[in-house]
Amino acid sequence: MTTLPSATGKKLGLVIDLDTCVGCHACVISCKGWNTENYGAPLSDQDAYGSNPSGTFLNRVHSYEVQPAEGHAQLIHFPKSCLHCEDAPCVTVCPTGASYKRVEDGIVLVNESDCIGCGLCAWACPYGAREMDMEEKVMKKCTLCVDRIYNENLPEVDRTPTCVRTCPAGARHFGDLGDPDSDVSRLVAERGGVDLMPEQGTKPVNKYLPPRPKDTLPEIDVLAPFLEPVAQEPTGFLAWLDKALEKL
Amino acid sequence: MHPAPSVIAFSTFSGLGFGLLFWLGFGVPAVSGWSAFAFFTIAYLLAVGGLISSTFHLGHPERALKAFTQWRSSWLSREGVCAVAALIVMAVHGAGLVFFDASWQPVGMLGALLSLGTVFTTAMIYTQLKTVPRWNLPLTPVYFLSLSLAGGALLAGQITWGIVLLIAAGAVQAATWLLGDKAFKQSGTDIASATQLGNIGQVRAFEPPHTGTNYLLREFVFQIGRKHAQKLRVIAMSLMIVLPVILLLLPFNHLLAALAVLAHVAGVLTSRWLFFAEAEHVVGLYYGKR
Repeated sequence: MTTLPSATGKKLGLVIDLDTCVGCHACVISCKGWNTENYGAPLSDQDAYGSNPSGTFLNRVHSYEVQPAEGHAQLIHFPKSCLHCEDAPCVTVCPTGASYKRVEDGIVLVNESDCIGCGLCAWACPYGAREMDMEEKVMKKCTLCVDRIYNENLPEVDRTPTCVRTCPAGARHFGDLGDPDSDVSRLVAERGGVDLMPEQGTKPVNKYLPPRPKDTLPEIDVLAPFLEPVAQEPTGFLAWLDKALEKL
Repeated sequence: MHPAPSVIAFSTFSGLGFGLLFWLGFGVPAVSGWSAFAFFTIAYLLAVGGLISSTFHLGHPERALKAFTQWRSSWLSREGVCAVAALIVMAVHGAGLVFFDASWQPVGMLGALLSLGTVFTTAMIYTQLKTVPRWNLPLTPVYFLSLSLAGGALLAGQITWGIVLLIAAGAVQAATWLLGDKAFKQSGTDIASATQLGNIGQVRAFEPPHTGTNYLLREFVFQIGRKHAQKLRVIAMSLMIVLPVILLLLPFNHLLAALAVLAHVAGVLTSRWLFFAEAEHVVGLYYGKR
């Protein structure tokens, strides 16, 4: 059914820390790996070793340059995957019911055996979170690693989305954003987490933590040039060495 | 947006076909027997041909029947349901005219409304998308409906209605271009709202996530069409509206009428190509592109 649930039991999602992300793309690779080997159709590549390679990815890392009015430009790495929106436009446009939002945890999924590959859900998504797989001709999207987070065959530490598990910087957090007392909700409240494109009215579950303000170097005193130099002429052994090397 | 030939052909031809069915449903022209057969054949070839061509862009056309299930939420599903209902009801009406020389008015009117409904649901597939501000305007359904009604009148051989509706459709087309040009800016979505980094300073896409291209860029960031947009608009308007109106104003002649139809179809195809090629999806902002 492609009507959206009025409320979901949990709101599972990601919190992405733009202050911490180093742009290493490890999350991209681990996502591609896990989601090629596990649930659903593999994420195919076309012309992978040729002159025009392209492929299906559920998570991509952009990089932006931000130039403040004063001071240096900042480089901000920006991972982007499905935001599992509460008001997901991709779900309601689906003509077959292949796209759905789970009532129990709010994860947005595609039932690949019902997908006709019309692409309309990708048109409806403002974030570019859905990509048509060119090999399987079905729509692929982030599953929030639904086959990991409830998987009792995995050690408990691994029961998080693979991107979160892999991130070497700790820039990705997973949890229930519907519970105000959860770690992720507290993190969002503390750091002022934001929605992407709020004006689109999608109410994303995933939140982005903005980069913290950069600290500035303390101002150097105008009289500094007149201060006595700290570095003195060497004395003792160093003075002898200095002279000896000078003569060589 | 990538102007897929199958979708352009579909929306143009099925729009014309359902437009003609609308007029036939209201008994205009009042035909029966073989001439009714001829009119209905043309209408069905256009409408059904258009629908079939639309399945060419599907990844899994063999599952197309599933698309009839989600009419509660999906405009695409509603379009499918509406199209099939219109074709069935109009087939009954057509059978009455062709085989029984009987015009079952209520059936015809229902079929006419369903035909128009099909064009409306097609338009709503595009209108509903907030991600494409140029389409997300109340004028989009008016654009589709006015062209369908005008083209239908042209095919139905209605000279007065044809002239009036063509001029109206031309005015609507001009308005969609005018309002559409401002829509992206007015939507309030820009790279600052996309990244939420605008409060730090001026945001610029520094490096894309990959060295090659991807599905998103192929599908949503199509910039070739915009280079010649103004010229193509003039061509579309001339072929779609101006030339047919002039030809209809001349003393009636079957050759001129056929020429008017051909010019109109070519114009609508150009207009529909621009409809896609000029449309900008907000996802392009993440790539620093429009």
